[in-house]
Amino acid sequence: MIAHAHEIPGDAAWSAPVRAGRTITLTALADGANASMLIIGADRLDRLNIPDTLKSQMSARIKPGMVLMSDRGLALATVTASSLDWHDCLTGAFPSRLLLLELIKHGFGETDLHACINFFSKVAVADDPRASLAFIPDHAHAGDTVTLRADQDLLIFISTAPHPLSDEPAASVAVQLETPANVKDPDLRDEAVRALRLTRELIG
Amino acid sequence: MTVTATTVALDTVVEAGDGALVTVPAGGRLQIVDLHGNQAVDTLFYDAHDIDNRYSAFDTIREQRAVFLTTGSRLVSTRRDELAVITDDTCGRHDTVGGACSQESNVIRYGEFTRHQHACRQTFLRYGAKVGIGQRQLTHNVNFFMNVPVTSSGGLTFEDGLSAPGKYVELTASRDLFVLISNCPQVNNPCNGWNPTPIQLLGWW
Ligand SMILES: [Zn+2]
Repeated sequence: MIAHAHEIPGDAAWSAPVRAGRTITLTALADGANASMLIIGADRLDRLNIPDTLKSQMSARIKPGMVLMSDRGLALATVTASSLDWHDCLTGAFPSRLLLLELIKHGFGETDLHACINFFSKVAVADDPRASLAFIPDHAHAGDTVTLRADQDLLIFISTAPHPLSDEPAASVAVQLETPANVKDPDLRDEAVRALRLTRELIG
Repeated sequence: MTVTATTVALDTVVEAGDGALVTVPAGGRLQIVDLHGNQAVDTLFYDAHDIDNRYSAFDTIREQRAVFLTTGSRLVSTRRDELAVITDDTCGRHDTVGGACSQESNVIRYGEFTRHQHACRQTFLRYGAKVGIGQRQLTHNVNFFMNVPVTSSGGLTFEDGLSAPGKYVELTASRDLFVLISNCPQVNNPCNGWNPTPIQLLGWW
């Protein structure tokens, strides 16, 4: 059942609470869309931690079958599906003005900025001595999607400003919040299963 | 850059698993020496006059278009202000994607038996408290001397270090800084060669 649907225009920001168990589906409405997302957990202190998310799942990108982990080792959300297998999480969002304003609306501030996920964007890593980065311009296309399942009550913050390394114009992104019948866990690494189990035991 | 003197202002050893909070004035040079080799040194940087203006790992990576840090890397803040520059490096490269160990992330990665082992984020909180750095002020750090290969296929691993006894990295402060250091106590992965060891801090300002 669709609980809420919204279209975020390009170069705009939006934030919303998402109850545990609901899914969040983002859809690119034009080629080259970007959706930079910050996540804050149920206690309003515990935030998305990209380094912990990556090192515990041996990945340098966000893809389906990963749990997005918090500073305190809890599951914030699970990436249950996506038409893309690479969402950038190594290059941040700049300027952070749009995201910062949304944080402030919820009583947060600059000190709560943390590493974001740039859904629909890909920054390729070279196998050279410095692991050089190159933005991939033709990655996401209109209709590409990603779905997250909230594993605790969340606040999500989304900016549709273009990726900071992109020359493409800003594009709109559709957001759909749904209350589905139980979403099964995708295949996950043991570390992700542990984070989900702890989250369900402590605040489920 | 306001300081040009080269007086030795700091010469101290940080024991394995311990930490330090160092105030480095603009223009000051801080050298971190890996005394015994393969020791991860988790480090955060804050503008000493405004701790909200703090190091940002992923803004730093984006601005230099490369994942690893080495000589010439500009460490920038969330406002994209330059906090420090790596001005010398005999190790070759340093990580800023892997973050710091914590009791909670140890449990996720290695299991419940690690719950009460000492971890870097405990050290950050302990040494940061005196200048108002608490949980909200923590962010994703630099891991000097740590080897976290990131590959073109999007993989990431922790591997044995590239460092060796006596290797060092030198930073020059671009403004007055708090440098918050945890000399990593991790024993569950190869980031410290399975054996945490002391480091030396040398400062000139
Ligand atoms: Zn550590």
